[in-house]
Amino acid sequence: MTALEASGRSASPAVDSSSAAGSRPVTPASEHTRRATVRKWAEIALFVGPAMVLFLTFVVYPVVSAARFSLYKWNGVSQFSDAEFIGLENYARALFGGTDPVTQQAFTTAYSQPFWEALSHNVAIIFLSMAVQLPIALIVALTLNRRFRGRAFTRVVIFAPYVLSEVIAGTMWLIIFDPNGIATELMRSVGLDMPAGGWFEDQTWGFWTVFFIITWKYVGLAIILFLAGLSGVSEDLQEAAAIDGASWWQIQWRINIPLIGPTIRIWAFLSIIGSIQLFDMVWVLNRGGTAGQYSTIASYMMEIGFFRADWGYGSAIAVIMFFLSFVIALAYMATILRRDNAHPRKAR
Amino acid sequence: MALLAACSSSDPEGPGTSADATSGGSGDAPVTLTWWHNGVAGDTGENSLGDYWDKVAADYTAEHPNVTIEIEQIQNEDLQRTRIPTALQSGDAPDLFQQWGGGEMAAQAEAGYLMDLSETLSADIERLGGGVAPWQVDGTTYGLPFQFAVEGIWYRPSLFEEAGITAEPTTMAELADAVQKLKDADIVPIAVGASDGWPAAHWWYNFALRSCSQDVVANAGTSLDFTDPCWLDAGTQLEDFIGTEPFQPQFTSTVAQTGATSSAGMVANGKAAMELMGQWNYFVYEGFTDGSEEAIAALHEDLDWFPMPATEGGSGDPSAAMGGGDGFSCYVDAPVECADFLAYIVSDDVQRGYAEAVGGLPVAPAAADAITDPVLQKIAQTTSSAAYVQLWMDTLLGPNVGGAMNDGIVNIFNGTGDAQGVVDAMIAAAATA
Repeated sequence: MTALEASGRSASPAVDSSSAAGSRPVTPASEHTRRATVRKWAEIALFVGPAMVLFLTFVVYPVVSAARFSLYKWNGVSQFSDAEFIGLENYARALFGGTDPVTQQAFTTAYSQPFWEALSHNVAIIFLSMAVQLPIALIVALTLNRRFRGRAFTRVVIFAPYVLSEVIAGTMWLIIFDPNGIATELMRSVGLDMPAGGWFEDQTWGFWTVFFIITWKYVGLAIILFLAGLSGVSEDLQEAAAIDGASWWQIQWRINIPLIGPTIRIWAFLSIIGSIQLFDMVWVLNRGGTAGQYSTIASYMMEIGFFRADWGYGSAIAVIMFFLSFVIALAYMATILRRDNAHPRKAR
Repeated sequence: MALLAACSSSDPEGPGTSADATSGGSGDAPVTLTWWHNGVAGDTGENSLGDYWDKVAADYTAEHPNVTIEIEQIQNEDLQRTRIPTALQSGDAPDLFQQWGGGEMAAQAEAGYLMDLSETLSADIERLGGGVAPWQVDGTTYGLPFQFAVEGIWYRPSLFEEAGITAEPTTMAELADAVQKLKDADIVPIAVGASDGWPAAHWWYNFALRSCSQDVVANAGTSLDFTDPCWLDAGTQLEDFIGTEPFQPQFTSTVAQTGATSSAGMVANGKAAMELMGQWNYFVYEGFTDGSEEAIAALHEDLDWFPMPATEGGSGDPSAAMGGGDGFSCYVDAPVECADFLAYIVSDDVQRGYAEAVGGLPVAPAAADAITDPVLQKIAQTTSSAAYVQLWMDTLLGPNVGGAMNDGIVNIFNGTGDAQGVVDAMIAAAATA
């Protein structure tokens, strides 16, 4: 998430400055304009420079390094200069078990399947977030979008899970969903039981337990964003609609929801990128599960790269993850966010 | 007399110990040693190991005023998995650092990161004896252990009594019998922290140890060849054992050491009768008491240990045991004082102090008399009388193959994999190395 945020933030001023320079009309150089040009570039350097240095050091350089490592067979211990160059073999191993027919079968089971399983969890979380978090957040936000006693308190409570650190929240849920924990007691008190393999480790239910926790953790952000969007919707419109006889639902459906469209689209963007890079929570819970029940690409990368000391392969996974985030982010910006960015005033 | 002789000897190649040679070598120029170890404070804030190392460093620098020792205490997994590998990569590694031996150390040695101690510390290597083997590659010593011990089964005698078990099981058949008796008495027979992976894997290690001959296991460490049918047999034995349902319910959700519902917590609180673990668990169990001397004494009163029971058949020796330990290596570019300080750490007196202050099991034979606790004495006795002690299999095989092996074993516990799956995962990981 940080890499992309950083890239988004730092890239836009850089792009702006270059396009501004490019569109500058060519005029005969007078002393005055030359001084103005120098000054302008000095200003650009001053404001963009520090961000650019940070961006190059902590975003571009690591990405390039990972891309380089991913082309080698390297265990992270030996000198990198001794590592064997194997081209795109690490990528092939992740995607379809590698190109060597001798090991392809074994690699498919040992490496390709866990990779696709982890990726499928990311994709599932993207779509489930849209299907579950979006309606919940909208309904709660629309309901809370009025004056009532304890409104500030309610908002704080809703936002609290998001503010809580992932590690603390994860540890809390580990205690709640312990086989002998309170969740199991609750289920037993109504005559049910926990999933057969335990809340987190069950082959079927482990993923859903984690998805429940993710929803709990992130739905607050959506609600707060939507409430902020709703507070910008003019009350005149709602009053006018009410005078015209529109019901509460009609006001929401025809006025409020369309007017917070840009907010919803931005939330969806953050949610998608966050889902692809989901790591902290699944790692704290138990490194993606003992059998990868709720692994994500990021947890799989960490497991293989660091804990199995397969750095070349782990770097390939990292590059795949970067590529996915990058492509999806660009595609989303170019299509869905375009209407918001092109005419910011009109969309409002 | 010996000291006098060494001092007056004009022959630098003489029989004087390495300590004399090295401290004479660099004179009294100021030297700073950086030292990374895993002695960090536990949940209770106590840190007997870290405190003891502080004392050892202070004692050493008092004797050698030109040496300054800068210590960094780092949590075990952070140290092993990220801090040491990245430090070695960067070329700016600590002079003296924790070393677990086995495959990972062999990889570090092959990359040229470790100081060859064979010559400089030859006297100490000889004094410590066979326990040094996991810190050697092809006869060259790259580190020295300060602790080494076998694992075995911890149990609560009161629960055994309640279930009508009269003797410690010495064979798997007797263990199966004990498991059944405990189940009949509504007691969880064995706790296992399968959520952490490795505690589950250790059951498989013990089956493999008895199923495979010593040579097959030892060779696998370097050849990464797992075609011998004994590896498959280990998994089959584990499947059969899990089939008798000896473990607590939902064992894949149980961690090893943290909280009352962990496997250690279950044994400490009398919720389970047995647990397969290393000697360190003695202190993990103590952590579940209120820390008072009476509570710890009461726990010790009802806590005992027996070696892993012998399995039937198989090519391994029935009295072979799984074990592991902790040691230190010197970085290749470290000052010579590093080796001298390491020799001091494993000297008989410091090893005795280690047993007394930390309750660890020292490697130096002369320090064995400092172990006073009867249970720890039993473990030390089993360690020295075992036909051979096999280093933890995941340490032996290194993180890549060892990690794949552990994951494959946990899949057996999860019901998502089988004996063949473990072997396949190991072969696949070996093919990437």
